[in-house]
Amino acid sequence: MEVTPLPGIGVRKDFAIRSGRRVGVVTQRDGQIDLIVSKSDDPDACLASLPLTTDEAAALANLLGAPQLVAQLNEEHAELPGINTKQLPLRPGSPFDGRTLGDTALRSRTSVSVVAVMRAGQVHPSPTPDFTFTGGDILVTVGTSEGLEAAAKMLKHG
Amino acid sequence: MDHTALELIELGGVFFVLGVLGRLAGRIGLSPIPLYLLGGLCFGQGGLIPLAGIEDFTALASEIGVVLLLLLLGLEYSAAELFTGLKRSWMAGLLDIVLNAAPGAIVALILGWGPVGALVMAGVTYISSSGIIAKVLGDLGRLGNRETPVVLSILVFEDLVMALYLPILTAVLGGVSLLGGMKAVGISLLAITVVLVIALKFGRYVSAVVDSPDREVFLLKVLGAALLVAGIASAMQVSAAVGAFLLGIAISGSTAENATRMLEPLRDLFAAVFFVVFGLNTNPASIPPVLGWAVLLAVSTTLTKIGTGWWAARKQRVGRMGRARAGAALVARGEFSIVIAGLAVTAGAVEDELAALATAYVLLMAILGPVTARVVEPVARALQRTKRGNTTEPASARS
Repeated sequence: MEVTPLPGIGVRKDFAIRSGRRVGVVTQRDGQIDLIVSKSDDPDACLASLPLTTDEAAALANLLGAPQLVAQLNEEHAELPGINTKQLPLRPGSPFDGRTLGDTALRSRTSVSVVAVMRAGQVHPSPTPDFTFTGGDILVTVGTSEGLEAAAKMLKHG
Repeated sequence: MDHTALELIELGGVFFVLGVLGRLAGRIGLSPIPLYLLGGLCFGQGGLIPLAGIEDFTALASEIGVVLLLLLLGLEYSAAELFTGLKRSWMAGLLDIVLNAAPGAIVALILGWGPVGALVMAGVTYISSSGIIAKVLGDLGRLGNRETPVVLSILVFEDLVMALYLPILTAVLGGVSLLGGMKAVGISLLAITVVLVIALKFGRYVSAVVDSPDREVFLLKVLGAALLVAGIASAMQVSAAVGAFLLGIAISGSTAENATRMLEPLRDLFAAVFFVVFGLNTNPASIPPVLGWAVLLAVSTTLTKIGTGWWAARKQRVGRMGRARAGAALVARGEFSIVIAGLAVTAGAVEDELAALATAYVLLMAILGPVTARVVEPVARALQRTKRGNTTEPASARS
C-alpha cells in the first residue's frame, strides 16, 4: 500500500493489483473520499476518480469487506426471535474514537455484544475489551433492536 | 445625496456585481479572479463610473483580503507537508525559479523599470496560483494521478519561496538600503524557521490558544490573531502576508479545519474586494500599450512552466503523458501575482504601466492556465500520433 501525501489536498492511498492497474482512494481534508482506478494504457492517469460520500464509502467497504460474516450471523439467528445483527459505524470524531471496547461498556449499558470489528476491509473477530477503536471502524453487533438503537446513539453521542 | 447612503449604494453595487461575475465564472468553469479584475477595470480610475467615498474602507478591506488569503493558504498546509514538499521538490523548485522569474525580470528591464520593477515582475511571472490549480486538478479528476504530488510539491516550494520573497520585496519597495534588505531577509528567515519548529513540536499549544468550542469566540480569536500577527510582522518589515501565512502553518489539526471553514466566506469577500480595488486603481487606458508584452510573457512563461513540470515529473519517473499534464497544470497564475503587483503599486515605487502589465498578464494566464490543463491530453496525443505517423511511413508514397 502506497501512502502519498498530497500537500494542501489530503492523502492518496493506493496499491497495484495483479492486472497491473492501481486502485485506491484519495481522502481529502474536508472528508471527501475519491475512489481512483488507473488507466491501463497510461498508469499515471486515472480512468475514474469517483467522489463518494461517507455512506457510499462505507457501503462499498461493506461490499468488499466481509459480507459472508454478516450473512452467516443473520442465518444463525433467523429462528431466534428478538435477536438482531447490525453493523454500526464508528465515525471519526465520535467520543469513542481512540478509546477501547471496554470504555464503551456497550454490553452493560445496552446489552449489545460486539462480535467483530471491520476496519479497512479487514475483519477483527471477537475483539477483547482493550481493543482500541479508530474512526471509520464498523462494529458488527448482536442484540435486541432497542439495544442496537441505543448502542448506535451511544456511539454517536457517548 | 447623504454621504453614508451613497457609500452604501456604491459598496452594495460593487458586491452585487462581483457576485454576478462570480456566478458567470462558475458557469463557464473559470476562476472568478479575472472577472473581478475586469469588473474593477470597468469602474474607478479611467473607467465608466468613478466610485468615490469608499476608498478608505476598500483600502483596509484589501489589506484584510491579502491577510486572509495567506492565512487560509497556511492553514491548508501542515508543517510536515511543507517539509515533505521541500525535500521532494527542491531541485524542481530551483529550476522553477530560474526559468519562470527570468522572463518577467527581463521584460521589466527592457521596459526600463529598473531593478525594483524587475524584482516585482519576476515574482509576478514566477508564482503559479495554488488556488486555481487545485480546483482544476479536482475538476479534471486528476487528484489520483501520479504526477499530481509532483505538481503540489512544486506549489508548496513556491509558497515557501514567497515567504522569503515578500519581506525582501517589502524592504526593497520601502527604499531600504542593501544592508537593511539583508536585515529584513535575516529576520524573516529566523521567523520562518522559528515558526516551523514551533509548528512541528508545539503546534497543539498554538492551536489551543486560538481554539474555542463557541463559534463566535473562535471566529473573533482567529481573525484577531491573524490581523495582530500580520500587523506585527508588517511592523518588523517582514510583510503582513508572510505573518498570516506562518500563523496559518502554526495552527493545525481540527482547529485548522474549523478555522478554514469559518473564514472561507470572509476570505472570499475580502479577497474579492482586493482584486476589484486593484482593478479600480489600474487605468484601463494604460493596458493596450503593454498588451503585446503581456502576450509575449504569457507565451514564454507558459512554455517555461510546462518545461519545469515536465522535468520535475520525469525525475519522479512519470510517463510522458503525465509529464505533459504536470507541466500544463502549473501554467495558471492568479491571486499571488496580483498580491505582488498590489504591494508594489501601494508602495508607489513603480510605474502605473507595471500594474497594467501585471493585470493584463494575470487576465491572460488565469484563463490560459485552466485551458492548457484541459487541452494538454488531446494535444499531446495528436502530437504523438503525428510523430508516429512520420516515423512508421518512411517509404510509403505520399498521397
